[in-house]
Amino acid sequence: MSVGGLSTMGEQGGEVETQQANILPKASDDSLLSIKVLFFARARDLTGLTGISLEVSTGSTAHDCLNLLIAKFPRLDEIRGCMVLALNEEYTSESSLVRDKDELAIIPPISGG
Amino acid sequence: MESNGGDAFRILEEIETLKAAKSDIEHRIANLQVQIGGVAVEEMTDSILCPPISTNDAGFGHGLSPEMVYRYSRQLLLPSFGVKGQSNLLKSSILVVGAGGLGSPALLYLAACGVGRLGIVDHDDVELNNMHRQIIHTEAYIGQSKVKSAAAACRAINSTIDIVEHREALRTSNALEIVRKYDIVIDATDNLPSRYMISDCCVVLGKPLVSGAALGLEGQLTVYNHIGSPCYRCLFPTPPPTSACQRCSDSGVLGVVPGVIGCLQALEAIKIASAIGEPLSGRMLLFDALSARIRIVKIRGRSLHCEVCGENAAFTEQMFQDFDYEKFTQSPLTPLPLKLKLLPENVRISAKEYKERVVKGEAHVLVDVRPEHHFKIVSLPKSLNIPLSSLEGKLPEISSALKEEEKCNGPTSSPGASLYVICRRGNDSQRAVQLLHKMGFTSAQDIIGGLESWARDVDPNFPIY
Ligand SMILES: [Zn+2]
Repeated sequence: MSVGGLSTMGEQGGEVETQQANILPKASDDSLLSIKVLFFARARDLTGLTGISLEVSTGSTAHDCLNLLIAKFPRLDEIRGCMVLALNEEYTSESSLVRDKDELAIIPPISGG
Repeated sequence: MESNGGDAFRILEEIETLKAAKSDIEHRIANLQVQIGGVAVEEMTDSILCPPISTNDAGFGHGLSPEMVYRYSRQLLLPSFGVKGQSNLLKSSILVVGAGGLGSPALLYLAACGVGRLGIVDHDDVELNNMHRQIIHTEAYIGQSKVKSAAAACRAINSTIDIVEHREALRTSNALEIVRKYDIVIDATDNLPSRYMISDCCVVLGKPLVSGAALGLEGQLTVYNHIGSPCYRCLFPTPPPTSACQRCSDSGVLGVVPGVIGCLQALEAIKIASAIGEPLSGRMLLFDALSARIRIVKIRGRSLHCEVCGENAAFTEQMFQDFDYEKFTQSPLTPLPLKLKLLPENVRISAKEYKERVVKGEAHVLVDVRPEHHFKIVSLPKSLNIPLSSLEGKLPEISSALKEEEKCNGPTSSPGASLYVICRRGNDSQRAVQLLHKMGFTSAQDIIGGLESWARDVDPNFPIY
């Protein structure tokens, strides 16, 4: 289990600790995937992080990942219905399966200018 | 008297000398003119000062006048741009909606590069707190229309293009008429209802939309409704809740961040107008200033089910005009600061009343519930900073401050010390008072209108931000 795949900066410019989310009960290592989650814009405010690494079970979809994230950061629910979801820098639907070392980006719209 | 008469004589004499020199120079110009084929002197001098907008064919087959060739030479030298790109650009028209942080650099570059017709829409006036990012405006224009200021700046850079001033807010009632006159639209606005409205308008009229946004230290950029790319609604069919839509006036923005995005908007618009390169359609650029990272994410194509641009969508001009974007997004097109009214009058006092109580020496504690970085900008003397987000856990601090205040004022203050709450504009202070009442601090009162009303009604020298 590798801790600290991401070194993150908080929105205020201060160092924010890298987080490793162990949400699922630990099973055998084969059944777990580790993905990198990137937060943008409002998602950064709501989590206080630019990203985390997340362990999910094999067969999880982007939808499952989002549910886990909202369980960990309940305030993320605010943008649940309004975001671009990108898997490895490409648009993805929530039903897509995630693979080990995938990068899931959560991109709510910015409206300022 | 006499010396004045002498001065006047000398001046008249100098005028005569200069006139003679001028006539001599004009004569020489006319002679040279004859040598190269006889263009009238006057036309020539006029065109140097203010060359005609028309792409009068100078006989080189590309329609660029000698002045244009010289002005745009560094672009013409680009093999992928060249005279073809420049002619396309000179024939194009681009509308920039918003002359703020994004619009400023976009307009400057679009004027400079020779877009044939450049439209500017904005209803706002220039303010001092715009200057750090809205770099098209100068201090001399503070209090004047942003469109007027931006147009003057564009004309100062390039007097040969057509600059059109639309000094009004873009609304469903005027958007079709304005947008129809342009080939490309740049969304440089700062609010959600405008973003949906401009996107829908571009779909209805079939215009490419170069959309940029910036807040804090992040920016986003994409081209909507262009060669198969989605519209704003394809990506965000349901508007985000108002709490998710932050504005620069609340969250802050580093000036150069919209600057970067605005420059990129100009670039994308130039590429589309001159028909070069690969536009940022179907991709979104994410700019992260703090980590110095730019990511480009492939976004979805046009949604078949989109209510506006989808296969079976029947979103007509009439429907556009009737659509209520403020209701749809639950936020106003021309945002004003939020003014909540959560508390009954008897638990609120004005800034003036608070000042009177301070002068009377009333025993009290003033809690300032703004975030710490706001408190560091400016605060009232002796106020205690407990941000709203951490208020619940810091009630003991308030209790001990109240006890301390009562002790200092001795037995004379029999009813105990009062508790006042203040914030920037008087919204969070009401939320805080509601919470304090619930937690047993039943005497808590909020100061109506916050520090802004303190600055307005009590101390005009108190800094506002
Ligand atoms: Zn659409």
